[in-house]
Amino acid sequence: MAVLTLERKPLTFAERTYLPQIFGGLKTTFAHLVRKKQTLEYPEHRPAIPPGYRGVPTLVMDPNGREKCVSCQLCEFVCPPKAIRITPGEISPDAPNSHVEKAPQAFEIDMLRCIYCGLCQEVCPEEAIFLQNQFSMSGYTRAEMVHDKARLYELGGTLPDKHLKWDHKKAAAAHGNAH
Amino acid sequence: MMKFLTIEPVRVLLYLVGIIAFTAANAAYLVLAERKGAGRIQRRPGPNEAGWAGILQPVADGIKLLAKQVMVPPGTDSLLFRAAPLMVMAPPLLCLAVIPFGDTIVACNLNIGLLFVFSFGSINVMALMLGGWASRNKFAIISSARVVSQNVAYEIPMLLVVITMLMVTGTMNLGEIVRQQAGGFWHWNLLKVWVNPFMPVTFIIFFICMLAETNRAPFDMAEAESELVAGAFTEYGGMGFGVFFMAEYANIVVGCSLATILFLGGWQSPIGVLSGGWFGAAWFLVKLYALIFTVIWIRWTFPRTQFYSLLNLSWKILIPVSLVTLLLTGVMMKIL
Repeated sequence: MAVLTLERKPLTFAERTYLPQIFGGLKTTFAHLVRKKQTLEYPEHRPAIPPGYRGVPTLVMDPNGREKCVSCQLCEFVCPPKAIRITPGEISPDAPNSHVEKAPQAFEIDMLRCIYCGLCQEVCPEEAIFLQNQFSMSGYTRAEMVHDKARLYELGGTLPDKHLKWDHKKAAAAHGNAH
Repeated sequence: MMKFLTIEPVRVLLYLVGIIAFTAANAAYLVLAERKGAGRIQRRPGPNEAGWAGILQPVADGIKLLAKQVMVPPGTDSLLFRAAPLMVMAPPLLCLAVIPFGDTIVACNLNIGLLFVFSFGSINVMALMLGGWASRNKFAIISSARVVSQNVAYEIPMLLVVITMLMVTGTMNLGEIVRQQAGGFWHWNLLKVWVNPFMPVTFIIFFICMLAETNRAPFDMAEAESELVAGAFTEYGGMGFGVFFMAEYANIVVGCSLATILFLGGWQSPIGVLSGGWFGAAWFLVKLYALIFTVIWIRWTFPRTQFYSLLNLSWKILIPVSLVTLLLTGVMMKIL
């Protein structure tokens, strides 16, 4: 491509005196002076979190209080910094959710390693792990920053679930047409 | 009771206390106003934790500075080092003695008021220079050199402007200067274009020089935080620094008072209503704080100039223009 030579316009007399720029600057700052302030008084006021925000990863329960994770370990495999550590366990046969068969015995997320990428949420077939709204996570010791299962459920709480997949399976099995 | 208050020693004592209180309150609360103004211009609230909307911030700052030890570093000239904060704070206090706040509200109605203000106003420069010199610190000495050359450069157009004003008013008595501007804003010296068509320009030159003399942004070469740590006050801690800081604002008050008296009609009402007595003092304060607001506004609008362009502005533009206004005023006074 050819080089384009731009003709630089000579400054007008007003521009050379620099006065219009000075008054323009004063006008701009005065406009800011009278407009609404843009800052947030942080610890007292929290920012509005947009939907889809990737905060601290948490484990969630379905509306019936069933723990959704079935310890398939997909998140553990996909996690780029290897922050997740799952010890799979079985659900005892006499529990009401025995047909789910598996649940994590231990589930740890090392928040010192987590990079908040959201791949665990993306990969989870059970919609059991979510990156929710909490954005500030701190602790006094390294051990405190490794979230165990109880802490993960405490942070996650219950999310609405439209599918209730395992309830449908149980009902289908009762009617004898389980696949 | 009123008779007791008007006995000369009592009156002087009352004015002394009043002026010190006025200066201290202004110095403390202009710091807050500055920080609040900076905040609002940058779209943030500014200090707002101490008291309602940060109203107690100056008290908190003062207590903090008082509680700190005033260090005199080894190798400094300890006498000059200690004397500099006093020398920087005393002149604005003295200058306020001759500033008329109202028709009768003046501590000392001096016939050479204008000369008095300028002679004491110059001590400020010397105090900053001595403070920087006594600190034995390279940043402080560079700052001192800058202060001196900047103030020498800006003293000249300022005094030329003042000579112009002196020719127009014919008196150095500040009260008399204000009395000449009675009867509405069109009689203010700022708008007396029939005396000299350059009168508004004269005011702008005075204002620019006032900014430079008080070392305010965009001419804050003396402090220049980003280049010289804290300039001449680098080695000062605690209330030593606090006094320098407060003196800057006290000097702004004096400079803006002078601009109000010389150009904006002092205590005169702009439209002729609500004049005289305490209304006069109120008008004076309104004009004074409007100018001070402009000073703060300018500080948070413009970045610091480079040193040579600062001197260029004075030597190449302000001095020739003020000489022309001086000449023109002389010619017009001769003709008319």
